[in-house]
Amino acid sequence: MLTLSVSLHHYLILAAVLFGIGLFGVLTKRNAVAVLICIELMLNAININLLAFNKYITPNDFIGQIFSIFVITVAAAEVGVGLAIVIAIYRNKLSVNLDEFDWLKW
Amino acid sequence: MVEFAMHNAWLVPLLPALSFLIIIFLTKPWKKLSALVCVAGMVLSCVIATLAAYGVFTNHEFTEKPLVYSVRWFSMAGLNIDVGVQLDPTSAMMMFMVTLVASLIFIYATGYMEGDPGYSVFFSYLSLFGASMLLLVVSSNLLQMFVAWELVGLCSYLLIGFYSHKISAREAAKKAFITCRVADFGLLLGLLSLQIVFGTLNLTELAEKISHFEQYTTMGILTLIALLVFAGPIGKSGQFPLHVWLPDAMEGPTPVSALIHAATMVVAGVYLVGRTLFLFHEVPTAMELVAVTGGFTALFAASIAITQREIKRILAYSTVSQIGYMMLALGLGSLTASMFHLWTHAFFKALMFLCAGSVLHALHHKADVWEMGGLIKKMPITGWTFVVGGLAIAGVPPFAGFWSKDEILLAAFDTGHYVLFGMAALTAFMTAFYMWRLIFLALFGDEKPENHPHESPLNMTLPLIALAVLSAVGGLVGTPWAPFWQEWIFFGHPHHADPNYLIMIGSVVLALAGIYLAYNLYCADKTRAKAHALAERYRFFWTVSYNKYYIDEIYLWFNHTFIDGAARLFYLFDIYVVDGVFVNGIAAITRLSGEGLRVTQTGRLQNYALVFFLGVLAVAVVLAFTDPSTAAGLTGGVK
Amino acid sequence: MNGFPVLTTILLAPVAAALIMTFIPRNESKLIKCIAAVGTFVSMALSLYVYFSYDTALGGLQFAEKIPWIRDLGVNWFLAVDGISLPMLLLTNLIGFSAVFASWNVDNRPREFFILLCLLITGVMGTFVAHDLFIFLLFYEVVVIPIYILVIIWGSSKRVTKEYAGMKLTIYLLIGSAFLLVGVIAFFVKAAGVLGQPNMSFTALAEAGKQLSAFDQTWLFALMLFGFGSLVSMWPFHSWSPDGYAGAPTAVSMIHAGVLKKIGGYGLVKIALYMLPVGAKFWAPYMAVLGVAGVTYAAFAALAQKDLKYIVGYSSVSHMGYVMLAIGSFSVIGINGAVANMFAHGVMAALFFSTVGFIYEKTHTRWIPDLGGLARQVPRLAVAFMLAALASLGLPGLISFIPEFTIFVASFKVYGGLAVIGIAGIILTALYALRAGANTLFGPPREEYDHLEDIRGPEMVPLVVLGTVLVVGGILPSLLFDMVNSGAATLMTHVESAVKLGGVFK
Repeated sequence: MLTLSVSLHHYLILAAVLFGIGLFGVLTKRNAVAVLICIELMLNAININLLAFNKYITPNDFIGQIFSIFVITVAAAEVGVGLAIVIAIYRNKLSVNLDEFDWLKW
Repeated sequence: MVEFAMHNAWLVPLLPALSFLIIIFLTKPWKKLSALVCVAGMVLSCVIATLAAYGVFTNHEFTEKPLVYSVRWFSMAGLNIDVGVQLDPTSAMMMFMVTLVASLIFIYATGYMEGDPGYSVFFSYLSLFGASMLLLVVSSNLLQMFVAWELVGLCSYLLIGFYSHKISAREAAKKAFITCRVADFGLLLGLLSLQIVFGTLNLTELAEKISHFEQYTTMGILTLIALLVFAGPIGKSGQFPLHVWLPDAMEGPTPVSALIHAATMVVAGVYLVGRTLFLFHEVPTAMELVAVTGGFTALFAASIAITQREIKRILAYSTVSQIGYMMLALGLGSLTASMFHLWTHAFFKALMFLCAGSVLHALHHKADVWEMGGLIKKMPITGWTFVVGGLAIAGVPPFAGFWSKDEILLAAFDTGHYVLFGMAALTAFMTAFYMWRLIFLALFGDEKPENHPHESPLNMTLPLIALAVLSAVGGLVGTPWAPFWQEWIFFGHPHHADPNYLIMIGSVVLALAGIYLAYNLYCADKTRAKAHALAERYRFFWTVSYNKYYIDEIYLWFNHTFIDGAARLFYLFDIYVVDGVFVNGIAAITRLSGEGLRVTQTGRLQNYALVFFLGVLAVAVVLAFTDPSTAAGLTGGVK
Repeated sequence: MNGFPVLTTILLAPVAAALIMTFIPRNESKLIKCIAAVGTFVSMALSLYVYFSYDTALGGLQFAEKIPWIRDLGVNWFLAVDGISLPMLLLTNLIGFSAVFASWNVDNRPREFFILLCLLITGVMGTFVAHDLFIFLLFYEVVVIPIYILVIIWGSSKRVTKEYAGMKLTIYLLIGSAFLLVGVIAFFVKAAGVLGQPNMSFTALAEAGKQLSAFDQTWLFALMLFGFGSLVSMWPFHSWSPDGYAGAPTAVSMIHAGVLKKIGGYGLVKIALYMLPVGAKFWAPYMAVLGVAGVTYAAFAALAQKDLKYIVGYSSVSHMGYVMLAIGSFSVIGINGAVANMFAHGVMAALFFSTVGFIYEKTHTRWIPDLGGLARQVPRLAVAFMLAALASLGLPGLISFIPEFTIFVASFKVYGGLAVIGIAGIILTALYALRAGANTLFGPPREEYDHLEDIRGPEMVPLVVLGTVLVVGGILPSLLFDMVNSGAATLMTHVESAVKLGGVFK
């Protein structure tokens, strides 16, 4: 019998794929804004994980939900700061191409 | 009074020390007052010393058992050092002689140093010297003696270099100190060995223990110790081969030369050997060495003195030579003769130096005897007292030097050291010759028109007269017919030699022959053509003698080549090997490894993130493929 | 003053001064200097009081203060003095007080300078009064930071730059202290095993230490020897010393050569030797060899110098060689000599550096060929210089002679010929000390220095304080030796009984 019920595994696979896409983007994108977006993807993948675990393992608590709200909040702040930095860099260099920046060197 | 003086003989060194402090801290701005403080301190010391000496020389007990009192200086487990006073005829005599001569010279100095900008400082140094020298004399402990020994060395250094703006004075002072330091190194080793072997440095205890030294050590070690101890006197008393500093020391003001480099400090070596004769007495080898060193130095220095031109240098070599005599006597075991010569020598040599000072004072420090002449007419007191000194040192009876020199010759002859006896006799002849060469050149003959000599003031001539009297009669305390000296100052048991008229007459003949030869060459012959011809004929010997056998040059060369060479070598090693290779090398390795590793810092965020990701991946893989219990251990033991 | 925490007061007086200074406007430089002087004076007066009221007949630890601090590690705020630490404490304060006056003319950021100086003095004092290994290490590390800052800001650059000098000094000592720290921690852990509970107090550690196996004691001692040895500028780990002193400002050179260096010797005696007797016995001959090597080597190197500070720097390395030789002789007399010599050298080196500092300040050079004839122009300075030089060459009547003599007695007895090489150092010392003196002070006066002003007022303090100690200590050595001996005798009794035991688990 084929039942199409959604289990924890599905959520985890979805999250893993989403995380992988995000990570790939972070490691390969040249554009700083794209990198920030990819970071959002990774964070959301984790949110999915948190909510899925909450639903299937501790359905009576709200720990996962609370944590995902935390993550969303922090992510919002982080994007704010990140975009601000990107804009500041852009103003200086007229570019957001990460390959051009190696200021962390030495 | 006598009782008080004997039991408080520590006051003798203390009073000049107080003078020193008073001058330095209080009276320095007032020159006359400083001089007064200095002289007063020494004269008071002299009074106490005289009383104490009187006490000692009236009680025969002290020849057997000295009066000793001391306090503990410092102590720890296995090392206890006392300081104190040891009064016996030898030290009482020395104390009396030093305070007497020093008082006279201090008085002389008040005139001689007139107008010097460092007047007060000079007198403070003199006081300090007096204190140190007297401390040395009264010492009951060898370490105390060593302390005083070094302190007199310091004073000598300060006073030689008194005209420190002159480079020659500065270098001479340094040379004196360093040369003595080399010798003191030996002495210090000797003292250390004594302390380690016998466990004490007190003179009386040491004498007791060394008399049966077999219980403590072997003959070989004792010989070594004696030789080490003797190194000190070689330096301080200007014996060959460390005599080089003494002639240079004449850079100091003349009262200093008289006091330190003739009468007192340089005989400290003789005194030290005399004090530790119980040690040398046990070691025949050391005794021989002392005698040979003394005899050789006497002859050697005399052979230099005959060609020198500077008045004080001649006197300096004569001092070296005369101290050689004293050493010779000690080496022959005759404390009596040695101390006797020390006693008479102090008077006539101090006298001659002071006369030389008076001459220099009059001639504005023109020192070459060939440029003097006929001074006796303008400076009668200086001149005639000088002549008295000359007679005394030449050994013409009844002047002081005759008796003591006779005693030494007798000792050499009686103990069968005929070679040394011959050397001593030859030295006596040469001494008479070069001393009278000096006298004839400087005092007699034609006056030089460019010189305008004048007699020195009273405070300079009075000490001269006093010393001249002492030089004339000072030897009468120990004539063969009235051997007062011989009964009091001796080692072991009193030495009563019958007067040997052959030696007596012989030595008088030698002295007169020397004087006559000098008269012939330098006085009778106004052109001195014979003297020049003689020098020309023996050109080689004359040059060698005039250049002091080139010993200074050899030492200088040695010092420059080896000591400074080693210094440079060590320094370069330090900079280039210890510092360069090791210290900076390790620093360089650190830096280079840092430089190698920093290539990994690309500064690109994404590279870092990639590495981070790979790291996490690696950890995950490792954990996935390891046993759960091990994995738990790896991750910190969380269940 | 029973119950009054006098040692803590001594420690805190300079800290209090430093705190007050932080509230003073930076341009009030006179006031700042006065506060520093008062702070160090309080410490000096109190430590003199402690020195003279210490009962040497009774011996042992006196003026003890003990407050539990970190119970889990057995750490207490345990301050106490004995016959070995008390001379060092006094020395620190004498030099600290003098150092304030030697830097009376510092104009560049005086407030920061004196604050750091006060902290430095406190740090050094702390190591000497601590009777708890943790407290000792704490102060040991406290010392390093002010030194570094003082050198790189107020130092002077000659052969090497002051940055190089400061860096070298700091890193060298940190490397040394890293090894030391490893040794101490390993020792602490092992000792805790023996004692059954952690304890950091010297006494307890010494009891535990002698029960360790000979092997453990030996390697633990080696670590400490390297750590303390590099601090005491033991050859060949000395090369920080001449460069460091040359680069450092006067006050730092004084404190560093005078006392800080002595922490190494003090640690070797009071910690390494005391706690690990068997290890010390094993290493003693090596220490003696390194000591003699240091004496001769540094004396020769000093002979080749033309910069006054380098001469004094190498000379201090040379003198510390005697301390190593003395500790290597492994006897009561040797330890007496070692501690007394550290005291003597401290006074002498501090006076030397302060004098050189003044000469440099006035003539703007330390290069000997550029100097000469100063005795006429600055006589009081010349007196100070000669006093220090003469003390350096071990002239009897000044403080350093008796300690050296003591060391010679101890080492000659044990090492014979080796010691003779070391003793020969007195000739070389005389050579370089007198050369330096002669070429700087004597000879024809130079015109360009005719206008120089002699030291006066506050500048005289180092000469008066240190000079007095030099002379008094030389004439009355028992003042020093009664104290030192009361400590050294107790210590060596413990050590010798422990050596007989020879390590428990062998």
